[in-house]
Amino acid sequence: MSTNNERYGLLIDYDFCTGCHTCETACKVEHKLTHGQWGIKLSQDGPRKLENGRYEFTYVPIPTSLCDLCEDLVKAGKFPTCVAHCQADVMSYGLVKDLAKKMAAKPKMVLFAPK
Amino acid sequence: MAYEISEYYQKHKGESQWQDGEYTCTRTTMWTGPGCHNGCGVVYYTKNGKVEKVEGDPYNPFNLGKLCMRCLNYVEAASSPERLKWPLKRVGERGENKWERISWDEAYDLIVKEVRRIQSKYGPESIVAMEGTGRNVIWQVPYLCYAGFGSPNFTLGFLSGESCSMPRLVTEAVIQGDFSFGDYSAHFPDRYDNPTWKVPGVILIWGQNAIISNPDSSLGHWIVECMKRGSKLIVVDPMLTWLAAKADYWLQVRPGTDAALAMAMNDVIIKEDLYDHDFVEKWTVGFDEFAERVATMPAERAAEITWVPKDIIEGAARLFAKADGAATTWGVSVDMAVAGVSAAHAITGLWSITGNLDKPGGQSIIQYAYDLGMAYDYGLEILSEEVKAKRIGNELPLKQTGYGATAHSDTLLKQIENGGNPYPIKMFWFQSTNPIANMGAEAPRIYKAIKSTEFNVVVDLFMTPTAVACADLVLPCAMSSERWSNRNWWMPLAGIRKVAEYEEAKSDEQLILELGKRLNPEMFPWKDDKEWNDWIIKEQGSKAGITYDQLNDMIYSYDHFEYYRYEKGLLRRDGLPGFNTLSGKVELKIGLFESWGLDPLPWYQEPPESPYSTPELFKKYPLILTTGHRSWEFFHSEHRQLKLNREFHPDPLIKINPETAAKYGIKEGDWVWVENYRGRFKQKVKFEELHPLVVNAEHGWWFPEMEGAEPTLFGVFDSNSNNLTTMCQNGPTGYGAPYKNQLCKIYKVTEENSKILPSEQVTKLGGFNYVYK
Ligand code: SF4
Ligand code: SF4
Ligand code: SF4
Repeated sequence: MSTNNERYGLLIDYDFCTGCHTCETACKVEHKLTHGQWGIKLSQDGPRKLENGRYEFTYVPIPTSLCDLCEDLVKAGKFPTCVAHCQADVMSYGLVKDLAKKMAAKPKMVLFAPK
Repeated sequence: MAYEISEYYQKHKGESQWQDGEYTCTRTTMWTGPGCHNGCGVVYYTKNGKVEKVEGDPYNPFNLGKLCMRCLNYVEAASSPERLKWPLKRVGERGENKWERISWDEAYDLIVKEVRRIQSKYGPESIVAMEGTGRNVIWQVPYLCYAGFGSPNFTLGFLSGESCSMPRLVTEAVIQGDFSFGDYSAHFPDRYDNPTWKVPGVILIWGQNAIISNPDSSLGHWIVECMKRGSKLIVVDPMLTWLAAKADYWLQVRPGTDAALAMAMNDVIIKEDLYDHDFVEKWTVGFDEFAERVATMPAERAAEITWVPKDIIEGAARLFAKADGAATTWGVSVDMAVAGVSAAHAITGLWSITGNLDKPGGQSIIQYAYDLGMAYDYGLEILSEEVKAKRIGNELPLKQTGYGATAHSDTLLKQIENGGNPYPIKMFWFQSTNPIANMGAEAPRIYKAIKSTEFNVVVDLFMTPTAVACADLVLPCAMSSERWSNRNWWMPLAGIRKVAEYEEAKSDEQLILELGKRLNPEMFPWKDDKEWNDWIIKEQGSKAGITYDQLNDMIYSYDHFEYYRYEKGLLRRDGLPGFNTLSGKVELKIGLFESWGLDPLPWYQEPPESPYSTPELFKKYPLILTTGHRSWEFFHSEHRQLKLNREFHPDPLIKINPETAAKYGIKEGDWVWVENYRGRFKQKVKFEELHPLVVNAEHGWWFPEMEGAEPTLFGVFDSNSNNLTTMCQNGPTGYGAPYKNQLCKIYKVTEENSKILPSEQVTKLGGFNYVYK
């Protein structure tokens, strides 16, 4: 088991995730996942009207147990493909401890350390 | 989060091609098909002449390393076993879907024989060439039409009122002399870091779910980048999109009433003295008349017409006018109404009177890089005046004066239906267009028209419903990675490099060139597609001072761009300050319209069918049907055969407010029939936050997995929203059509009411039993 200091993860700024399905597709294509299988899966909350008249409409993609943090790509010096292609540029890859620092700086962030 | 570049790509910076193990990696541009209007930068990984993987090019400033779902799944598309592989000649009857393989030479011989016969018997104008939405066939097909067939009748796949972009573009052309786009820094290679660029204070998104749709000039997610940097949003949309949910103002407009809304917003800005006096005085003409006209549409009145509450209209107008830079992004919804041109006029007014034109973070005047913008008029000058005058719809003033090269689809349809007066239509050339699946309003009527000719050719990637229904010859087209081409729309100028081959498929350039050489060799002097591209880059784009090979090595090239060019005399040919219009100013009152006897000021007209214009009909059909909104997975009728895209989106969806559904006893996931007096179609219900009286159906649906032969015809009419839309109801300019504002009713699909499906109804039983006017 690796220690927290060397674990890697995905930081997602769900303030701006548009639900474009790009991360899901990129992952499926890269890992040749079959119909019905996902390395990352989008979930949706809303749209729902709030008391202040604005709306809650939020997407969060959740890495599944099939996510290997794109081991092969990372070894080759690339970013995980979901991170590289995220249309809204809301995904980051890195050491959990570094991502946690970024997370502290802005609300509506979620940090996943799938393995 | 900045746009980071991985170690791997840093290592390959500046390289346009390199070897990675057994793969050859190539940086170039993708520009359909399949895909969309945009030209994202890609890296192809090829092995043995096949693309095995595609990544976004992190060094391309356009997409900054990102690809969306459609290009990420390019490999499935390019290697799909269903792709057309070689020329096919019809052996059975039209509609039987029976073909035999022939060689390209045989195909060319057949075409030349038929073209010669039709030219001499009926005149070249009896041949109509069309393409679908203008992408990487934008200049090739018009050139074939004019230079190869000698016909002035190049048109856009039966698009009624040319209501995709054309109304907006011609309106901008007559008002401000150039096109303009919301300024998301598109024209700078250093993008958001460019020091002269400013984040728009407000972004007005009008009739477009920008993050899903794919206009020529921008990627929707650039708006998200601006949101992160502080831009506020105003969204005009009948449906609560993700963007609308994040907006400061969401204007839930009644479909087809955009002109009234835009007039009222202008009125609020003028009445509350929020307009830019300095800009208006120095750089516009007709302001007083414009102000007087928009005053006929005060916010109270617009609220009644548009169903947007008065305080929201006013609030949005104020926010727009007071913003430090207001950028506008608009979609086909603006065009798709009889009053489309007028809506475009009034929206152009908004950015003009607030001084947002040609200013950082406002509305950028983006010209084509190095003036190289090949379009629908490529080759038109070859035709004699006499032939040009025969163009269908030539009597429309905007056409006559050169604002729009295309023949008018609605007039074309009428000409076919009236028995060929003033001359018969005998041949269709369809290149990358599938008009009975989408684009043509009133699909069943289009179906009859395309079957009426003597000879039809379809060039496409897959066998389509249009091809089965009417083609005598089907030719396989190359995909983006299989062609030498270039993208010259807006910025940057980019090379498209051939890295793969597929069976006998040929690029649009290649097949048009080979055919052109047989039809009219003088006009097709280039040796091959590469030489044609080279000629274009060197001649038409001479300002760039590069060859085609150099462009491919550079991948893309940005022309110089600066703001406030109207002040510096950089927009007009005569070098004087001002805009590229007759008066040199922004014409809030359009001089050209006035001289043609058209209303020079914005006006509002109810959609031809609506709760107010046809109250009796509304009793029978109590819902407003809007169609044509985009989805992540598909581009118009493309991508339906791709398993991955279909996994995300297996069925055609109609979006309905849950309250409305409950009223009709409908649950989410139910299939419903959507019907009006023109016909019906079925789609699956999805709940959305829509106005309770509005339903929103998808377009472009056909089912490649279904039987291709008639009567099924890939089920093309079963879920086709264009069974309910209408041709030939255009605005006074000939532009604009009510695609997005029809009336309908809905009811649940049952076994009982589904014994005869629309495809059978149309192909076998003579169509729905209504008679069009
Ligand atoms: S990191 Fe790789 S494996 Fe994990 S979700 Fe993203 S694309 Fe899939
Ligand atoms: S790619 Fe990015 S924006 Fe799109 S759904 Fe995934 S996380 Fe959200
Ligand atoms: S389909 Fe997506 S990735 Fe491909 S060109 Fe269009 S926007 Fe870019």
